[in-house]
Amino acid sequence: MSMFARTTLDQQNRRVEWLVKTLFLMMTVLLIVPVVLIMGILIQRGAPVLSWGFLTEVPTNGMTAGGIFTALIGTVWIVTVALIASVPIGVAAAVYLSEYAPDNWLTRAINLAIINLAGVPSIVHALFGLGAFVVFFGFGRSILAASLTLAVMTLPIVIVATRESLQAVPHAFREACWNMGATRWQTIRKVVLPNSISGILTGVILEVSRTAGETAPIMFTGAAAFLPFLPQGVLDQTMAMSLHLYVVSTQVPDVPDALPFGVALVLISMVLVMNATSIAFRVYLRNKRKW
Amino acid sequence: MVDATPKLSVRELSVLYGDKVALDGISLDVLPNEIFGIIGPANSGKTSFLRALNRMEEFDTNMTVRGTILFEGQDISAVRNVYALRRKVGVVFPLPVGLPMSIYENVAFAPKLAGIKKKAQLDDIVERCLTRAALWDEVKDRLDALGSLLSGGQQQRLTIARALSQEPELLLLDEFSIAVDPVTTMRIEDVLKELKDEITIVLVTNLVQQARRLADRTAFFLESELVEVAETEELFTGTVKDQRTRDYVEGRFG
Amino acid sequence: MPADVQADALPGSIADDFNTRGRDWYVDRAVSVGVFVGGVSAIIFIIGIFIFVTREGLGFALGTLDLKEFFTSMNWRPTSERNPTYGILALMAGTASVTGLAMLVAVPFSLGAAIYIAEFASGRMRESLKVLVELLAAIPSVVWGFIGMSIMNPLIIDMFDVPVGLSVLNAGVILGLMAAPIMTTIAEDALKAVPDAYREAAEAMGATRWQVVFKVVLPAAKNGLMAAVLLGVGRGFGETMAVLMASGHAINIPTSPFDSVRALTATIAAELGDTARGSDHYGVLFTLGIFLFVVTFVINLTADIVVKGVGKKQ
Repeated sequence: MSMFARTTLDQQNRRVEWLVKTLFLMMTVLLIVPVVLIMGILIQRGAPVLSWGFLTEVPTNGMTAGGIFTALIGTVWIVTVALIASVPIGVAAAVYLSEYAPDNWLTRAINLAIINLAGVPSIVHALFGLGAFVVFFGFGRSILAASLTLAVMTLPIVIVATRESLQAVPHAFREACWNMGATRWQTIRKVVLPNSISGILTGVILEVSRTAGETAPIMFTGAAAFLPFLPQGVLDQTMAMSLHLYVVSTQVPDVPDALPFGVALVLISMVLVMNATSIAFRVYLRNKRKW
Repeated sequence: MVDATPKLSVRELSVLYGDKVALDGISLDVLPNEIFGIIGPANSGKTSFLRALNRMEEFDTNMTVRGTILFEGQDISAVRNVYALRRKVGVVFPLPVGLPMSIYENVAFAPKLAGIKKKAQLDDIVERCLTRAALWDEVKDRLDALGSLLSGGQQQRLTIARALSQEPELLLLDEFSIAVDPVTTMRIEDVLKELKDEITIVLVTNLVQQARRLADRTAFFLESELVEVAETEELFTGTVKDQRTRDYVEGRFG
Repeated sequence: MPADVQADALPGSIADDFNTRGRDWYVDRAVSVGVFVGGVSAIIFIIGIFIFVTREGLGFALGTLDLKEFFTSMNWRPTSERNPTYGILALMAGTASVTGLAMLVAVPFSLGAAIYIAEFASGRMRESLKVLVELLAAIPSVVWGFIGMSIMNPLIIDMFDVPVGLSVLNAGVILGLMAAPIMTTIAEDALKAVPDAYREAAEAMGATRWQVVFKVVLPAAKNGLMAAVLLGVGRGFGETMAVLMASGHAINIPTSPFDSVRALTATIAAELGDTARGSDHYGVLFTLGIFLFVVTFVINLTADIVVKGVGKKQ
């Protein structure tokens, strides 16, 4: 009797279990499928305009024809300058937080500041970039001002990724070095950084991807809707892929339907390829542990 | 031996982690060229004692050290270059730590920090230290292999070779045999007996018999306090004063 | 005699060694100062953001601006020649409606997905889903905005037979899809932070997997999940390009999901380019920036406090 009762209860439980599991699976799928469908549409409608010329020609006829060369190169400029500014600061901050920072109010304040740098709306970063770099420091609307704005905004990405990979290096290695009379810095340089450099690189790739896709922070600080020439230096304005997509899809009349799809497709491919690289890199590293 | 100045003079040493007392007012001397054993149950303050000798509180903001430690008459809390102090003091941990670099680099690490650059000289140090740590024969053909991927016993001998490479005057061993097989343990014990002629050794051990085999004098730590210090044989032949020491040595608790 | 020499020489040499700070010592000091500056820079930047945004906006906010009108008027007419008014009520309604709908879409799905990934999916499946979610989170907001305009817009017009497809519905769904991956990731982290010992203890008492999840894991991860939702709200509130492009950008207090609206962030993005520095319009946009900064700061601070509460318990 009791045996029998337990069996039906078991069956019932198993059925509920299956139901719950399927329900959650469906929710996951519903989250992902629309995006995959959307990507499919983007590819289907954007692919026809893609060609070698699309990438290497400048926009013509008021941006209704031609390619996206100036915008592509502009994005490379902006991303490069932003990286030069943010990677050293971000890595230094992560080294401080992981290797030096005592557990005190200042460290808590730094962590809170990092969370907030990541959480402040991008348009507020844009206002900051305008007020600080364009106006106060007098860089004008330029690659420098746009890149510094993005550098501040994406700093948390580098800090968090670097700190994580530094902390993945076991503490025992550090103590072993200290006990041999190595200074903190010697320990970091000879043992901690060499074993976390790939993790840091993963974070930098993520930052590149994020920097390349941002629009609002560069709209008023250095990216221009249209320029017929390439920037010659960091004090020039430039076109950028993200802003170009905004402009051709909202500001320019008589754009052929497929053109913005092509721009979107190139932009999203850049971003996703970089993210995929970063993920692949991480998986590769996880499988290749050195201890 | 009797009138030698102590290698280490510890007076009223206390170690705290936050509010927690790990070591409470210890005073003892370690003489040159002796093996000084420290026994006691877990959490009796043995490891904290070793950490204080190396001024590890510098890198652990939670750790507070009170009292004085004289290293060859020098108050270590007044040492301006703590790294020079640490170079004179080699440490071997309970769990072996092979650094994630080649075996060769593991052993050449400290000499390089000390400014030795010549390859021949480094080669010489690496071979000598690995030989002394009874590891040379096993690894001489693969010095490029990662030190962190050796077996536990090998890593522990590598750690000892590394501690020797900095030419310490004082070698601290913290329960080195925990992660090591008995054969390796015996080999390392033989190495320690030989080393005694050149350096001073403080041996923290959870194995009472290991202290008996190796130590000249032994201290018994219990609940953050030093119960007593005695010639090792006295501890085991029952001539000690304190009943708790006798109970521990005879295995009535631990 | 030899003993004397030794006694003198040895401590002497050690004292020298111990008291000489070599190059390494100074390099180490210099580096520690350098990285400290790097660490503190995060604080400097966040204060800098506040100062510079305030610097441009405060004069207007304290001088010309009528704060009561600012928060209670529906009229946003900054470019009016005769009688410019600066009421952000409609803009707040726009932001609130879009963010609210986005959360309606994103919260259940992302929590569901997080539960599935953390508690039910096995090995390979879990890894693939996590990678997919991470990739979804990487799509730039201007691309989402473009998707709203070019794909969702005609879809909504067709499906619901409405004249305009750029609306609360469009922007809300887009924003939901954007926020969901981030919320999923944070929620999954929160679930993973629940110690396995809890699950094992419950399973040992004969609980089934879903009983473990509902009775043990979810209550234990409650604060982390709340923080995930809060950060999602913060994200939706601060999103700019996607909302600008998909919401229709019409000043309006919405009465149905098919109404076009205008968000606070989008207003700044759309109008800042046409203003002259020092003008009232310029000042009011920076005032809006101060408002956005303060609100997101509070949201992030709250989320942080909620999470730290979890940290203490463990």
